[in-house]
Amino acid sequence: MTSATLTIAERPGTPAGPASARPRRRFKVTPGGAAIAVLALFLAVVWLLPLVWAILTSLKPEPETTAVPVRWLPLEPTFEAYRTVIARGELMQWLMNSVIVSVMVTVLTLVTCVMAAYAFSKTEFWGRKWLFVLFIAGILVPPQVLIVPLFDEMTFLGLVDTYWGVALPQVVAPVMIFILKRFFDAIPRDYEEAARIDGAGHLRVLWNVVLPMSVPILAAVGIFTFVQAWNNFLWPFVATTDPALMTVPVGLGTVQSAYGILYAQQMAASVLGAVPLIVVFMLFQRQVVRGVTDAGLK
Amino acid sequence: MTVHANPTETPDAAPAPRSSSPPAVSGTARRSAAGIWFVLPFTVLFAVFLIWPLIAGLWASFTDRSLAKEDSSFVGLSNWVEMFGDPAVWQSLWVTLLFTLITVPPLVAIALAMALLTHRATARIGWFLRFSYFAPFLMPVAVVTLIWEWMYQPEFGMINDLLATVGIPGVSWLTGEDTVLPAIALTTVWWTVGFNYLLYLAALQGIPAYLYEAAALDGAGAWRRFTSITVPLLRRTTTLIVLLQMVASLKLFDQAYLMTNGSGGPNYAARPIIGYIFESGFTGLRIGYASAISYLFFAVIIVVSVLQLRLFSRKEDAA
Repeated sequence: MTSATLTIAERPGTPAGPASARPRRRFKVTPGGAAIAVLALFLAVVWLLPLVWAILTSLKPEPETTAVPVRWLPLEPTFEAYRTVIARGELMQWLMNSVIVSVMVTVLTLVTCVMAAYAFSKTEFWGRKWLFVLFIAGILVPPQVLIVPLFDEMTFLGLVDTYWGVALPQVVAPVMIFILKRFFDAIPRDYEEAARIDGAGHLRVLWNVVLPMSVPILAAVGIFTFVQAWNNFLWPFVATTDPALMTVPVGLGTVQSAYGILYAQQMAASVLGAVPLIVVFMLFQRQVVRGVTDAGLK
Repeated sequence: MTVHANPTETPDAAPAPRSSSPPAVSGTARRSAAGIWFVLPFTVLFAVFLIWPLIAGLWASFTDRSLAKEDSSFVGLSNWVEMFGDPAVWQSLWVTLLFTLITVPPLVAIALAMALLTHRATARIGWFLRFSYFAPFLMPVAVVTLIWEWMYQPEFGMINDLLATVGIPGVSWLTGEDTVLPAIALTTVWWTVGFNYLLYLAALQGIPAYLYEAAALDGAGAWRRFTSITVPLLRRTTTLIVLLQMVASLKLFDQAYLMTNGSGGPNYAARPIIGYIFESGFTGLRIGYASAISYLFFAVIIVVSVLQLRLFSRKEDAA
C-alpha cells in the first residue's frame, strides 16, 4: 500500500461514471497527490490506533497489561482473556439479547413504517394529511426527553425487564415513514393500477408491486435501524435491570466493574462486542454506506 | 429536519422510477377505509410510546410524582420555579453547551477533510480508508468507553505513554476537572466522525464530473476548481451536517455517563443536562422534577434548531 495506489484526478477530462466503465487510468504521482495519500493514510493509522491498542492488550497475559514501562506488543501472546470472557457466559448472553432486540426493532419498524408509508402514498382516507403532519412533527421529539415518563409508563404496563419493553419504544421512528413515502411516491401509478384492475387488493399491490421495486430503500432503512438498535444505550439501560436481559452496550456498560481492573479481559470483551457489526460492515460495505447516507439524514 | 430533499443521492444508487402519470388522485374509487388499517399499527405505537409519555411528562412536571410512592398531587409551577433556581440545572446545561462548542467544529472539519482526501481514492485503498474512518461509528458506546478509559489510564494507558515519548508528563485525564470534558470530546470525535464523513463523501460523489472538466478546460487550476465548484456545492450538505451535529452533541449522555462511572466527573465537570435529568428521575426518583427539566431541554433543542435554520437560510439567500 504505497501512496501511489491513490489516484488523484489531476488531469482534465477524467471520465465520469461507474468504475467499470472507466478505462484503467495510468497515473503519475504528483506532489499534490502524494501529499493527499500520505495525509489520508496518516489519518487512517490514527483512527485505527485505539483498535490496535485494544487488540494488543487483549492478547496479553493479565500481569503484562500493568507492567512498567508500557510495552505495546505482548511478550507472550495468549487467548487466555478471550477464553475467560467467553467462559463467563454473560457476554454471549448479551450478544444474543442484542440480536433478539435488534431484529425485533428492525422487523417491526419495517412492517409498520412500510404499511404507513404505503397508506400515505397510495391511498386516500379521512385525516390522512393531518396524521402525516403529526408524524413529521414527531421527528422533532428527542427520545431522551421521553425517558423518564416512558419508564413510569413501562412500569405501569409491566414491560420493564422484558424484550418488548426494550424494543417497542425504539420502533417509533416516524422519519422512516417519511423516507419510504418519498420513495413510494416516485413509483408510477400505472403499475399498481394494472394490478388493481386484475383484482388485487392493497396488500397484494404492496407485496407484489411496490415492495419488489423498493428493495434498495428497504435495505437502507433496515440496515440503519438495525445499527441504531444494536448500539442504543440510554433506553435499554433504563428499561433493564436484570443482567440476563441486557444488550451488549448495557451489559458492558454496567458490569464493566465486574471485569475489575483486568484490562486484558476488558479489551477482549470489547473486541468481542465490536466484532459483529464490523464484520457486517466488511461484508456489506456498499449497502451499509448507502443505508447510513440515505436514512441517516434525519 | 428531514424536510430537506436528500442532497446526497449517490449517482450509483438505483434511481427511483419517475412518475409517468400525474400524481393527482382521481375519483372516489381510491378513497377507501383500507388506508386506515395500514396506518393503524404505527399510529398505535406512536400514540402509546410517543404521545402518551410526552403528555404524561408535561402533566408530571406539575405534580410531585415520584418513583418512591404510589400517588402524586398537583403542585402547580413549583417544579418549574425550583428548576429555574437550581444551579445544577444551569451548570449541567453549560456543560452540554461547552461540549457542543468543542465537538461540532472538529466533527465537521475533520469529516470534510477525510472526504476530500478519499473521494478520488481507488477502489481497494478507498475501501481500507472508508473502513478505518467509519469503523468506530459501528461500535457500541460501552465498547468505545472501555477502550478509551483504558487509553486514558494514567499509569499504563496508551495516551500518557505516547506523551512520555515526546517528553510530556502524564495527565489524569478522566479525574481532572479541566481535562475530563475535553477527553470525552476527543473520544466522541473519534467515535462519530465517520458518520459525517459518509454524508460528505456521498455529497462529493454527487457533484457531476463535467463541472470539473469544463472548469479545467477554461484553465482553472486545482485550487480554483476546489474553491469555485466544490466549496459552493457542499454548502447545503454542510448546513445539514452542522445542524445534525449540533443536535447530536446537545444530546450528550452515554459516553459522559460511562466514562465518569455515572458520577458526572469531578465537581460534575462532565455531567450534561440529560445526566441531570437521569439523576433527578432515577437516582432522586423525582419524576415530576425530571420531567420539567426534560421539557427545558426539549425547548433548548427546538430553539437551537430554529435559530440555525433561520441563520442558514438567510445566508443561502444572500449567496
